[in-house]
Amino acid sequence: MSTKRPLEAPSSKSGNDRSDSGAPLPWVEKYRPKSVDEVSYQEEVVNTLRASIERTGKTSTILAIGRQLYGDLFKSRVKELNASDERGINVVRTSIKAFAQVATSASTNASGKTIPPYKLIILDEADAMTQDAQAALRRTMETYSKTTRFCLICNYVSRIIEPLASRCAKFRFKSLTQESMEERIKYICDKEGIRFTQELGNGLSQVSGGDLRRAINLLQSAHSMYKEDTNAAALFEVAGKVPEQVVEGLIEAAQSNSFDTLESAVTETIANGYPASQIVSQLFDVITDGPLRDLQKAKIAEVLASSDKALQEGADEFLQLMNVFSVVMQEASR
Amino acid sequence: MSKNDGTLWVDRYRPTSLEKLDIHTDLTNQLKKMCTSDNLPHLLFYGPSGAGKKTRVKAVLRSLFGASVEKVKVEHKAIKINTKTIEISIVSSSHHVEVNPSDVEFQDRVVVQEIIKEIAQSVPLDAGTAQKSFKVVVLHEVDKLSKDAQHALRRTMEKYVATCRLILVCNSTSKVIDPLRSRCLPVRVPLPTIKEITSTLQSIAKKEGVNLSTDLANRIAEQSGRNLRKAILSFEAAKVKQYPFAPNQVIERADWEDFIKQMADEISQEQSPQRLQLIRSRFYELLVHCIPPEIIMKNLTMELLGRVDTELKYDVVKWAAHYEQRMQTGSKPIFHLEAFVAKFMSLYKQFLSGLLE
Repeated sequence: MSTKRPLEAPSSKSGNDRSDSGAPLPWVEKYRPKSVDEVSYQEEVVNTLRASIERTGKTSTILAIGRQLYGDLFKSRVKELNASDERGINVVRTSIKAFAQVATSASTNASGKTIPPYKLIILDEADAMTQDAQAALRRTMETYSKTTRFCLICNYVSRIIEPLASRCAKFRFKSLTQESMEERIKYICDKEGIRFTQELGNGLSQVSGGDLRRAINLLQSAHSMYKEDTNAAALFEVAGKVPEQVVEGLIEAAQSNSFDTLESAVTETIANGYPASQIVSQLFDVITDGPLRDLQKAKIAEVLASSDKALQEGADEFLQLMNVFSVVMQEASR
Repeated sequence: MSKNDGTLWVDRYRPTSLEKLDIHTDLTNQLKKMCTSDNLPHLLFYGPSGAGKKTRVKAVLRSLFGASVEKVKVEHKAIKINTKTIEISIVSSSHHVEVNPSDVEFQDRVVVQEIIKEIAQSVPLDAGTAQKSFKVVVLHEVDKLSKDAQHALRRTMEKYVATCRLILVCNSTSKVIDPLRSRCLPVRVPLPTIKEITSTLQSIAKKEGVNLSTDLANRIAEQSGRNLRKAILSFEAAKVKQYPFAPNQVIERADWEDFIKQMADEISQEQSPQRLQLIRSRFYELLVHCIPPEIIMKNLTMELLGRVDTELKYDVVKWAAHYEQRMQTGSKPIFHLEAFVAKFMSLYKQFLSGLLE
């Protein structure tokens, strides 16, 4: 949750106060699912290891599981640690161990639901833990398996050391499909009084690339800036994306085989304030799907990569773009 | 506004509020909407220089806090790091602080944290009566901040979000790290179009009582390269030089532009070590006059491109991009400028001898 939209003071993380009160929470937090049934996707999904690409609902799912298991006792039974918390080998040896040691008994809560006799430790972003810390966790996990279940969440399962991975049941999360994302977006639009159109849905899934959190954040920013006329174009602007016409215009200029046309097109683009790095990354998508031969694509991809690096190092945007498009021109004329 | 208060036209006719901005009306309307809603996100203004980013930021501040933001004071602040102290100048009013952290080079991380912390810890007391319960920190040239400082900013931004908002200003978002970008609402400020510049020039002319023909206004606008500030400055310069305007009035170009043009001529006339020596002294001449090396490289490339055949253009662009990047990572620009010229000379000579055979 490190990329929480910084519009308000950070909301408390504990479970109970996350109700739909009128407080102006970031939408990402406001609409985080509260039970497993509410998780939009991942239907197949308890030492667990959850590995998946970014933002597909891993954290949301495990929090929902926790809340369903423990209900009101969520706070005392679940310990959540993410990358911003200190998680070196010392913490594993002391505070995790201390939390794991204390046994709990099975009980029933007020509504008569049985609460299981173990606690839950969630290690979010576990692939960022040091090797040493992971190694220290091995024994701890085994020794206290009676009283505590561990849940590790990571982006890359290959960064979890083998002995630790073998102690866990693995769940792979796929990235969200467009339909399930749309469904969630529709729900939020409904609640916030935004008119949902197909165009908006498509635009959102395009700019966010299956990343629901980013989609919701973008939706909120677009809404704060454009109010009722939130549409796909507004989303592109808020996401800092370059409109497709601009990239296509540049490619067209490159295909005209005239350096003067290209030069004025690039000057124009820079003058309009479109960031070169964004153009480079969007050009990549256009080129790879384009009609060129593989060898030509490879040549262009090479120059894209090198100029992306150059831009990161602070090279002049105009010259880099000229370089990229002159290669495109060269290849297109073959 | 008195007519002879000695200020330049650029400053005298700088719009001070969102209502007075007459360029990019769409953008202005969005900003107005945002200022009136109670939730202002962090903002990231980006666009080429001369597009009016700072003017827009000032206007936003004014519409947030009213006229009192214009009462600014400049102070020099000393920040202690271990044993060293660094000085930085800060422009501040009772509602906002403006800093250019890239002034302090590699210590920028500390400066960013210190300043934001200081302003964030003092919550405005009259929060009930004032319109806004937060202060604003304006950071200029964020793209020149080190990666370290940008990462530090990201944490600080989240921590103090309740008491302060950040407005970041930069030329291009290419050099701003992704996590920082995703925390801000990006606001793109494009350069004004030739038409917009022309009409602005004419409205200034009207207010000054100067007779400006459409043709001349157009020419000034075109020569400015869509840079409004440059256009207004050269308009004023032209007026000082000769008024009433002659129909074929010459608009002064910056002399270094002609200088670079002349260099390009010299390079394409002769390719030899002696000529390279001469070019080196020309480069030094430009550098001591504080022309940024990137601009020299860019303009020289443009001039050279106009003088060679299409076949050679690909290579020229390639090497210009190559040496310019090296210049950014290296420390002495002259090496890279000269290397580029040497490379060009060898390419050009090869090409010419290829033609003769």
